[in-house]
Amino acid sequence: MCATCGCAGAGVRVVDPTRRHDHRHDHEHPSDHDHPHPDHTPHDRPRDDHSHDGHVQDAAASLASDRTHTIAFEHAVLAKNDDLAAANRAWLTERGILALNLMSSPGSGKTTLLVRTIYDLAASDGPELAVSVVEGDQETLLDAERIADTGASVIQINTGSGCHLDAAMVERGLRALDPPRRSVVFVENVGNLVCPALFDLGEAAKVVIISVTEGEDKPLKYPHMFAAADLVLLNKIDLLPYLEFDVERCVAGARRVNPGVEVLPLSASSGEGLPAWYDWLRRRVG
Amino acid sequence: MHELAITESIVAAVTEKLPGRDVRRVRVRVGRLSGIVPDALRFCFELATAGTALDGASLDIESAPGRGRCRECGVEFDTDDLVVMCECGGVDVEVLGGRELTIREVEVV
Repeated sequence: MCATCGCAGAGVRVVDPTRRHDHRHDHEHPSDHDHPHPDHTPHDRPRDDHSHDGHVQDAAASLASDRTHTIAFEHAVLAKNDDLAAANRAWLTERGILALNLMSSPGSGKTTLLVRTIYDLAASDGPELAVSVVEGDQETLLDAERIADTGASVIQINTGSGCHLDAAMVERGLRALDPPRRSVVFVENVGNLVCPALFDLGEAAKVVIISVTEGEDKPLKYPHMFAAADLVLLNKIDLLPYLEFDVERCVAGARRVNPGVEVLPLSASSGEGLPAWYDWLRRRVG
Repeated sequence: MHELAITESIVAAVTEKLPGRDVRRVRVRVGRLSGIVPDALRFCFELATAGTALDGASLDIESAPGRGRCRECGVEFDTDDLVVMCECGGVDVEVLGGRELTIREVEVV
């Protein structure tokens, strides 16, 4: 506590920027508040860093309009998104819905994989698994139309200039989609290997898709995305005979930034490798 | 350019907590493994603050080091890179710190 004025020091810092006077307080001092602090206990700084030479106001600094106050904040920048994501997660969990955040660069085959997955799951002998989709793109309904053609429920989110989905968009998408209990919701993020990695949507898992036409060094070039992945799908492996793509190097790169991450090579076109993906899905649904 | 969304979040958080205040400076702490590019953040800050209570405010960026721990030999070290190798040759490295992205303090009139 400030011995002179009795203010409760914690949390707020009062600064005269012209004097670089650091002094934490939780209230604003009027401009005539010019007492010396002879017995002042430093609040959270070493005493030698707690300079008092600027505390007695000079004429210029005493002008109220020139006074600024520094307020300690300690606020996570993404707190609002993370809170909304937590609410989405609670809502989904309560309904037994498995939500997966699908992320990749544009053109990796996310929508093709989803279309194939929806048809294959509907045709499989296994327990019925309802699937619906939240599509994220900057513009157009093209992907949503492809999903709608399968008969699955789908909602398109167009982000306009936005380069990623955030938890608020997904909350709106889920409300519009109204997925059934004990089902799977695929959230197809905006095609982008950078920005979506930072935004929690409330999903149960992040699935990152990379195609063999992109080059095996992608995991090392975009480490944040691959570090965030719970599963990596290596798509378009039917094209491997025509490309110089080293699968082992790609897998090693992914595990370099995300030790132990599961990587499933597959082709949404030929169907190769898809059973392992469906097994993974059914395991996650539980 | 997720830094634009990040700066918009900064503006929203500050104006929500300090309604009606004229903001002169914002200090943020950005971890070196957070995926945020400080220069991009500065660029976007000017755009995102225009016409708000933060218009004309300066942005101080305090950098926080990345910290990793090798799961093979247990040693801890600073790192600015997610693609990292321990001195022992281990590549199984747990990230302990450097992903933070917080508003530390705000200077108001």
